[in-house]
Amino acid sequence: MSTKNWPLWEVFVRSKNGLEHRHCGSLHAADEEMALENARDVYTRRSEGVSIWVVESKHITASNPENNGEMFEPAHDKVYRHPTFYDLPDEVKHM
Amino acid sequence: MKQNLYNYILGIADNSLILGQRLGELTGHGPSLETDIACTNISLDLFGQVRSYYQYAAKIAGDKRTEDDIAMLRKEREYVNVLLVEQPNRDFAYTMARQFLFDVYHLLFLQELQKSKDLTLSAIANKSIKEVSYHLRFSIDWIKRLGDGTAVSHQKMQDAIDGLWTYTDELFHQTEADKAMVSEEIGVDVTKLKEAYYEKVQAVLKEATLTVPESKWFQKGGKQGVHTEHLGYLLSDLQYMQRTYPNMEW
Repeated sequence: MSTKNWPLWEVFVRSKNGLEHRHCGSLHAADEEMALENARDVYTRRSEGVSIWVVESKHITASNPENNGEMFEPAHDKVYRHPTFYDLPDEVKHM
Repeated sequence: MKQNLYNYILGIADNSLILGQRLGELTGHGPSLETDIACTNISLDLFGQVRSYYQYAAKIAGDKRTEDDIAMLRKEREYVNVLLVEQPNRDFAYTMARQFLFDVYHLLFLQELQKSKDLTLSAIANKSIKEVSYHLRFSIDWIKRLGDGTAVSHQKMQDAIDGLWTYTDELFHQTEADKAMVSEEIGVDVTKLKEAYYEKVQAVLKEATLTVPESKWFQKGGKQGVHTEHLGYLLSDLQYMQRTYPNMEW
């Protein structure tokens, strides 16, 4: 067995009733086609999904946890940014 | 009891049982977590199909035997699977080559079995086709990856195809039960699948830059219960629990 690892991929699955793809884990694969097949076998074997996205992990740019203070804390005291001050009509779904 | 129909069902089911057991051996031992789970999934698909066949066979037998008795308690010479599916997992190339050489046949076979006058068999075939289409897609993918990969992977896949080629012709041999079932429009005439089989196999091998073996000498015997030395070991694994603790359940 080769000790060289295949690249890492992130897997997003859309469930039957879900409207969006959700991140559900990661896996190793040599290319995108293998990543899709592996995702099918690893993450949808209990019929969790109807659609899969895969993206190579290296293409994801992540925020640095060390910067959490300046990145996220300024939003904490700005409650007026939450859309809770008006009524939603019943006809509007999926908000 | 309809002996021909019973034998005919075992002829189909034993292939999937033995191949499923072979793939199951890789659980926890696959080359990577992902391929390990994929092989286990294929194995479980096959066992699922096998259950439907043996349940039907038990019903036809009409004695006290259950699906488990038929699956677990026969002797080596009473299994009628083809020699191809009992060949061991020498390496991943062998495992995938064996899978590919069987999948191409399996899909062609089920597409015909779907037209059977026997509604149970046609329903099982109908349900299995989607699963087997995926098995074939998976195994073709690996034939191409390893065949058209590095010099080492190419050589390993070529060795596997060369080593297993001698077991392919048996897929198209007719047993007595086959002939009887074909005449009743219940069974599939496997001799008619041969041309499409080799056409498909050769096309994939060509795309994978592999050489189609030229050998014209083929092994046979599995369908008559005469097996290679590998089946006995497989059965001792498969049957161990039922033989040691008869009638155990969990």
